[in-house]
Amino acid sequence: MTTLEPVIEKERLHQSSHAIAHEHEHDEAGNSMFGFIVFLLSESIIFLSFFAGYILYKTTTSNWLPPGVEGLEVRDPTINTVILVSSSFVIYIAERYLHNKNLWRFRFFWLLTMAMGSYFLYGQAVEWQSLKFGFTSGVFGGTFYLLTGFHGLHVFTGVLLQGIMLIRSFIPGNYEDGQFGVEATSLFWHFVDVIWIILFILIYVWQ
Amino acid sequence: MTQIAPEKPQTEAHSHEQPLSWRRYFSFSTDHKVIGIQYIVTAFFFFLLAGIFAMIMRGELVTPPIDLVDRTVYNALFTMHGTIMLFGWTFPVLAGLANYLVPLMIGARDMAFPRLNAVAFWMVPVFGFLFLFSFLVPGGPAQAGWWSYPPVSVQNPSGEWLNGEFLWLLALTLSGVSSIMGAVNIVTTIVRMRCPGMSWFKMPVLVWTMLAAQIIQLFGLPALTAGAVMLMCDLSFGTTFFDPAQGGDPVLFQHLFWFYSHPAVYVMILPVFGIFSEVFPVYARKPLFGYKVVAVSSFIIVALSAVVWVHHMFASDTPGWMRMLFMFSTMLISVPTGIKVFAWVATIWGGKLRLDTAMLFALGGLINFVFSGITGIMLSSVPVDIHVNNTYFVVGHFHYVIYGAIVFGIYAGIYHWFPKMTGKMYYEGLGKLHFWLTFIGTTLNFLPMHPLGLMGMPRRVASYDPEFAFWNVVASIGAFLLGMSTIPFILNVVASWIAGKKAVDNPWRAIGLEWLVSSPPDVENFEEIPIIVSEPYGYGKTEPLTENMGG
Repeated sequence: MTTLEPVIEKERLHQSSHAIAHEHEHDEAGNSMFGFIVFLLSESIIFLSFFAGYILYKTTTSNWLPPGVEGLEVRDPTINTVILVSSSFVIYIAERYLHNKNLWRFRFFWLLTMAMGSYFLYGQAVEWQSLKFGFTSGVFGGTFYLLTGFHGLHVFTGVLLQGIMLIRSFIPGNYEDGQFGVEATSLFWHFVDVIWIILFILIYVWQ
Repeated sequence: MTQIAPEKPQTEAHSHEQPLSWRRYFSFSTDHKVIGIQYIVTAFFFFLLAGIFAMIMRGELVTPPIDLVDRTVYNALFTMHGTIMLFGWTFPVLAGLANYLVPLMIGARDMAFPRLNAVAFWMVPVFGFLFLFSFLVPGGPAQAGWWSYPPVSVQNPSGEWLNGEFLWLLALTLSGVSSIMGAVNIVTTIVRMRCPGMSWFKMPVLVWTMLAAQIIQLFGLPALTAGAVMLMCDLSFGTTFFDPAQGGDPVLFQHLFWFYSHPAVYVMILPVFGIFSEVFPVYARKPLFGYKVVAVSSFIIVALSAVVWVHHMFASDTPGWMRMLFMFSTMLISVPTGIKVFAWVATIWGGKLRLDTAMLFALGGLINFVFSGITGIMLSSVPVDIHVNNTYFVVGHFHYVIYGAIVFGIYAGIYHWFPKMTGKMYYEGLGKLHFWLTFIGTTLNFLPMHPLGLMGMPRRVASYDPEFAFWNVVASIGAFLLGMSTIPFILNVVASWIAGKKAVDNPWRAIGLEWLVSSPPDVENFEEIPIIVSEPYGYGKTEPLTENMGG
């Protein structure tokens, strides 16, 4: 037994316990992402149910449009759609910059995503105000506001989450345990985007 | 080894402290074992409450004319009885068993998301309170039945926005959120937290069935939530989704409701299949027959459960081709369930049976399940279903499933794992008394409902024709017996938990990870994470279950 041995032994133990702890943390982030994906899959069924209801009403109801309503204006919602869909690419760029540890560029593109999401909500609000029918104007009005409202709630949640992630990015050492928050928010944003594309086709394209 | 030694007294002191601190059961604990027991005890409270509602109804039905309660009150009673039994008792108690057992059975220290777990549990008292609060609002609680079909459910006779139906929908939605949280947690735990060596085909069947049940929650519950949101809009915000006069469609609600609420039966029965699969091998001292087939058949049930819901709507102007389709898909369900039944019978066949209380409940549950399965096949057939639709035959069938099979399975599970959960042995005599009261009570209560239904007695009525009196009296006697049967159970649990004989780690000489740890287990469950080397249910075989902990 030399005097050096216990030191080496201690060092080795320290390293291995650190490795185990690190692996554990890694696992926890993996669990969170897995759980979040499971949750999103489940959440998509609510939208699917509303879509199914919409399709059923549209194909079976005789008095679909409320009296005095010709159809929906498509131009502004299309602009809105382009902005929301592009924001999915912008948030992807932001995420790439974070992976490359370029925090300021990440913040710039992240903020840009938030701005685009907020503009979408603004555009939605302007459209709602210009419409001649309300939530209670038959099943057309009901499903229109239910779908756009429920989706808008998701966009709002997404922007809120993005805001939290932006503030958190200023906390020193925030990304030492991985970037689960940013990745999950980004995934959520893509989810909201895909739902909107289906919604846009069902409500605005298929008239 | 010597380096670990100094830490040991500390953990021992910690585990020694555990049984004394009953206060943690009233705290926001994140320990899956505490949460599991919190779920089970809270759920049992709702079980008693909804049971009292049932006994008031059976009290009303002792005599043909209406004499005990008002018709409106009767409507409220059967609505709240059904709702609380399902969302307050059956789902939470099974969530509790899943919480307690799954991490132990897969060799994990806790669930994947302990805090989410605690939040999901504490929503149970919240939505339970909302259900009860609805008794205090003008117009009383919801009276449209637990299926809550429009147009009945959107009547709102009180005219207030805060009405019983509104609270009912709110509580139902909260219950759904809680269940989704639990489902995400259980699925993630089972998929990602299994200990080394525990491949899919080394998991106990209970873990398989819990996974299968929670997957149903994940795809089914959102549909019910969508329906509930739309119904709430119709009820309180003036939309017309389900009003045919305004272009709406009441049948859409039925689709959304049954798309979840039929699979919900499998959410409840699958974990019970898991309990049967754990209990029979232990008390028959034989390996589970056809383990892999039993495990996989759970997922065949999951797949089929998504395509049978319209059999609840044969009488809802359903087109002929749809009736045929759903009749056949419903009958197909009997194949994977039949496989399981034969596997259990083959497991106990020629075994050295020990008729302890848990085994008695499992056997009783199996008998009742086979009976309810047969009436289930009858009901899946369109002509029979149309004939007995809305009669007591249907009530008898599903009570045989839910009480006869599911509640029996839950009792079997509670007795079987009671020594593990509490560290105390229950009193066998009281347990047997509980079983016989329950079994006789179930038979007296629910068997007469079948002849009543075939004679044509409609369900959901507070008064009836005197020709139905005899079987109704028998059923009511059974219901009161069932009420009484909970007394020996409560006595047994309370007395043995406080002053029972100390339980050893493995009182049933069972094979399974949960039996290798102390009773009750430490906070961290395992001193070191086990490494699995053999399949479960190795009764009569010599190979150990784990590499490092024996078994």
